[in-house]
Amino acid sequence: MHWHDRLAQGLLFACCAALALFLIGPLLMIFVKSVQDKDGVYVGLVHFREYFATPELQQSIRNTLFVATVVTMVTVPLAFTFAYALTRSCMPGKGTFRVIALTPILAPSLMAAISFIQWFGTQGLLKGLLAGASVYGAIGIILSSIYATFPHALMIVLTSLLLADGRLYEAAEALRTPMLRRFFTITLPGAKYGLVSATMVVFSYTVSDFGIPKVIGGNYNVLAVDIFKQVIGQQNFNKGAVVSLVLLAPVLLAFIVDWFMRRRLQAQFSSRAVPYVPRRSPGFDRAMLVFCSAVSVFMLAVLGMAVYTSFIKLWPYDLSFSLRHYVYGLIDAGVIVDYFNSLKMAFYTALFGTLFIFAMAYLLEKTRGMATLKAAVRLVVTIPMAVPGLVLGLGYIFFFNHPDNPLNGIYGTMAILVLSTVVHYYTSSHMTAVTALKALDDEFESVSASLKVPFYRTFFRVTLPVSLPAVLDIGRYLFVNGMVTISAVVFLYAPDTRPASVAILNMDEAGEIGAAAGMATLIVASSTAVCVLYAIVTRYLLRRTQAWRAAPRP
Amino acid sequence: MKSRTGLRWLVPFLAAAPLAFAATAQAQKTELLVYTALETDQIKAYEDAFTKAHPNIGIKWVRDSTGVITAKLLAEKANPQADLVVGVSASSLAVFENEGMLQPYAPKGLDKISPAYRDPKNPPSWVGMDVYGSAICFNTVEAAKLGLPKPQTWKDLTDPVYKGKIVMPNPASSGTGYLDVAAWIQMWGEAEAWKYMDALHQNIAQYQHSGSKPCRQAGAGEFPIGLTFEYRAVTTKKSGAPIDIIFPTEGLGWDLESSGIMKNTKKLEAARTLMDWLATPQAMELYAKNFAVVAMPGIAKPLDYVPADYEKRLSKNDFAWSAKNRDKILAEWTKRYDAKSEKK
Amino acid sequence: MTLRAPRDPGAPVSLSKNGDRSPVARDDAPYLELAGIRKTFGRFEALKGVSLDAARGELMVFLGPSGCGKTTLLRIVAGLESQDEGRIVQGGRDVSTVPAIGRDYGIVFQSYALFPNLTVADNVAYGLVNRRTSRETIRSRIAELLKLVGLPDAGPKYPGQLSGGQQQRIALARAIATSPGLLLLDEPLSALDALERVRLRGEIRALQQRLGVTTIMVTHDQEEALSMADRVVVMNAGRIEQVGTPREVYEKPATPFVADFVGKINVLPAVAEGSGRFRVGSVSLALDHRQDIAAGTEVKLYLRPEEIGVHVNGHAAAGALAAKVAKVEFLGAFCMVGIALDAAGTPSLVANVPRQQVDAGRLEPGTAVRVSLPAGAMRVLS
Repeated sequence: MHWHDRLAQGLLFACCAALALFLIGPLLMIFVKSVQDKDGVYVGLVHFREYFATPELQQSIRNTLFVATVVTMVTVPLAFTFAYALTRSCMPGKGTFRVIALTPILAPSLMAAISFIQWFGTQGLLKGLLAGASVYGAIGIILSSIYATFPHALMIVLTSLLLADGRLYEAAEALRTPMLRRFFTITLPGAKYGLVSATMVVFSYTVSDFGIPKVIGGNYNVLAVDIFKQVIGQQNFNKGAVVSLVLLAPVLLAFIVDWFMRRRLQAQFSSRAVPYVPRRSPGFDRAMLVFCSAVSVFMLAVLGMAVYTSFIKLWPYDLSFSLRHYVYGLIDAGVIVDYFNSLKMAFYTALFGTLFIFAMAYLLEKTRGMATLKAAVRLVVTIPMAVPGLVLGLGYIFFFNHPDNPLNGIYGTMAILVLSTVVHYYTSSHMTAVTALKALDDEFESVSASLKVPFYRTFFRVTLPVSLPAVLDIGRYLFVNGMVTISAVVFLYAPDTRPASVAILNMDEAGEIGAAAGMATLIVASSTAVCVLYAIVTRYLLRRTQAWRAAPRP
Repeated sequence: MKSRTGLRWLVPFLAAAPLAFAATAQAQKTELLVYTALETDQIKAYEDAFTKAHPNIGIKWVRDSTGVITAKLLAEKANPQADLVVGVSASSLAVFENEGMLQPYAPKGLDKISPAYRDPKNPPSWVGMDVYGSAICFNTVEAAKLGLPKPQTWKDLTDPVYKGKIVMPNPASSGTGYLDVAAWIQMWGEAEAWKYMDALHQNIAQYQHSGSKPCRQAGAGEFPIGLTFEYRAVTTKKSGAPIDIIFPTEGLGWDLESSGIMKNTKKLEAARTLMDWLATPQAMELYAKNFAVVAMPGIAKPLDYVPADYEKRLSKNDFAWSAKNRDKILAEWTKRYDAKSEKK
Repeated sequence: MTLRAPRDPGAPVSLSKNGDRSPVARDDAPYLELAGIRKTFGRFEALKGVSLDAARGELMVFLGPSGCGKTTLLRIVAGLESQDEGRIVQGGRDVSTVPAIGRDYGIVFQSYALFPNLTVADNVAYGLVNRRTSRETIRSRIAELLKLVGLPDAGPKYPGQLSGGQQQRIALARAIATSPGLLLLDEPLSALDALERVRLRGEIRALQQRLGVTTIMVTHDQEEALSMADRVVVMNAGRIEQVGTPREVYEKPATPFVADFVGKINVLPAVAEGSGRFRVGSVSLALDHRQDIAAGTEVKLYLRPEEIGVHVNGHAAAGALAAKVAKVEFLGAFCMVGIALDAAGTPSLVANVPRQQVDAGRLEPGTAVRVSLPAGAMRVLS
């Protein structure tokens, strides 16, 4: 074998080892811990039996499934309608609507919960709308989760609607197909893949999110909070492992359904699709404008309330403007350090995560041989999407805090936060990388070999520059998520590495709503700033490296 | 620190990272890793005073709520990181002692510490710093709106008039919640205490995961009555919230902020120096700025909003009993009340 | 790396015309030998033991329907796939286990595979840059190659700015830039429109002959194969059906598959009657050159449409058969005429008739004609 092939295989092996170490190892440890007692002695299924014997678990499972089902049933149709309006109507302000609808991604999920308490809590302005029901509990969790999951669903559905083939609509029109029938025979089937995917993402996000029910759930128990209670409150790690396995089940189920659907739907898209161009239809456009405005008002109200809360003196008795939450609550209390931790963490996550994920995707897609290993890796990299952050975080404690693990030195460092975050958000980043790489001609590597040019040279001269938009996209995705992630890192931070999102959780827990809202505002502000900066830098970089894209065609 | 280098060879893509990530360990100075639940502003004051007295010892703090710190220490039992635990509840330290995680040490001047505020064994595994006890925050503005009378006792809280108006910390996740429950059981006996909690449960709007939040919520008028501890009650009142602080007359649940040396520490000398300092009158004077009762008699001064006879109001508390029965009590509590939403 | 004059990237292209590369002066030892190549993908047997020799300087075309294994064979020659069994010797060197990067060839793909972010000049220079060649030399070599493929001014452009045919020319220039001993073309013309395809195939053939580089091209287009190849390798289902010059393959197909696949052909099921006579339906035909087939054997007779004579007005040669025109399809220079023989049990035939003759004879459906089936042009395959 040529040394180039050996080098490629060596790198692939190294990457696989890293995945095994930072994904498989921790997850396996959860299984191990769930059948051990406190001292590490094997006890079989005792914890499971104990846990399943408690009625509260069944209630938690029911609550979790109920909330997730409602959120999914509301969010996905909302997101679909919104995406439909953006792609199929001629309403004005599409760009603005899109940006507003995506803002929740920039905020930690906790912010939504805090904001809903301010709107609908005992002292809330809109308390009356709930007709006496309390926002604490299912209602609050559902509202906050809808807000937090909406942009995720929107992005997926939007992509699938944008892929629609305009020729199908032309054909349908030629056949005088009525609009409603066109919707059910072309639009919906075309978006089916996106809808299934969005459903799965929204469902598992809601099931695994821990911040929202923690803040606004009141006494409404859900599985994600159960894990927190077991681990932090009762210091029972083994039972925490058991609950996390229970939590894993519905998400895994959603994941498997999605996987099967995806396999069946794959062949539907033709690369020669012609983009659909909407035509004016005053009634429809107006209806869509009203709908999108309503959703946007909802989005802005949530964000706005959080910002407002951070700037008032004493809710609800003294609503005068004040910086005290920033000055005393964040800076004097030393919590501001956490904000810089988050910036650092998000930056490292974006930097190292993008490098690793893209390199791995490249080795998988563009090098030859080791088909079996690659098939296994392709399956493994889809796992993070199905693993709730809390479960991953718990696995990291078990795995990296084990005295026999030579890597236990990373426990309590920034490195473990970065690693867990990269792994947590691995799947979608990987998909982006693979999509970009698949768009490249498969024969680049063959041509290089025929010209006796080593593969890494072609990687740096061609593959990487051509894929730069996707690479930058992954970087931004990891950065933004690194700023807001909480579930995996809540078990892993050390005092000098505590991220801002955890600080928000702790401040909310201590009842410091104003300071918590202030921190959330800071996160949103800096993520926005980074996105804008990113857009500028990207445009500049693209102009330099992607000149070929802009070059005039014959 | 030694194992941190392991990162370098195993994670080549992080090659540049250790520079940024690894903490810098200065060789000349002994650095103690201390786990604590103290408030940040207190930490600063204590550290300043200590390092002035012992400039050759540095402190690296790991700060979090009592529940989290306790969980962390137990999680790391197999591979302990901390050299000392400072300012963590005596109930938790008693649990650590049961687990064999602490190293008994009698600090200099131990004889001046009140016997009630230290581990009764000799030498003690932990020594108290100051007392924090339960208190109730009562929002007078909201109470006036709702026409709620001001409660004076624990038992007043079971009056149906307060239905849905009370928040209390969940003892399973909050040390403050647990000290209330432990006090009720020790004061009234198991049967009566559980009967009381059954009645109280009917009035509880929410169980929170921290001891501070109920008072903050009372302060913000979210729920007019919050069970909390006196330090948070005082700070909330000082921040301008319209609350009264109530110290129920039957007796107050309480716990100690206390300290102990971890069994595995490799810096025993320095750890003992810090333990010695924590028991000095100078240190006690610093505690007294925030707490009405400190472990060394005769140092505490009266504080705003805290009654002068505060110490007398504390109920009898046996930490060994409390640690031993913790699991059992929490299991029973969880069984009875945790699925509150079901009964709505 | 051994220094051979033709491999010197700086050397002018004309150098490669020297001696051993001349298409005329083929030496006896084949340049490329494939022996017993087998390849399976899972349960699918893509190549079932293929052996083949290519002479130095010849252009060999692998022709066959999709899935016949022709592309797999090409990729095995390139080292882009590894064969399960078999030996590959190139220029006297056994390269059976040598990876792609260690072999000596240039390759052009259907998709062009030009690097989109590099200029045309950088694309062409891609294989030259890492060979310790001076910039000056590289620049002149690029200019030379671009001139050679007829795009002297394309250097600073990006591939995306060129038409498909232009891009394929650049891909060709890139492939021959390093003066490889073997040029592999994987369906190089399939992505182009008809006109461009015809133009480029002539250019490629001319260039190949000029450089004298041994070339293997894969195609499923028989016209392309016949017009370009020195020899055509017809493949089907993982096996070689026939190897021969375009004329041999067209005129003397070795198997029914080749007869059917290469060009249009009439198939007449027949039964041998002995002594060179064959019965088709109720008609008996004399094929004197095939006396060897025993009476009673079922065979098939193959006849190209252009060999059939169609006569109006009784001027027919002896032995012509009565028939009626069933269909006339206008194809430009000639017409495809469907013919139904009057004799019972005979299959319908297709004949190519020049346009003028169709006009003169007023051939249209229903016209009575006589057709002659020349015995000498008829192939008998069982």
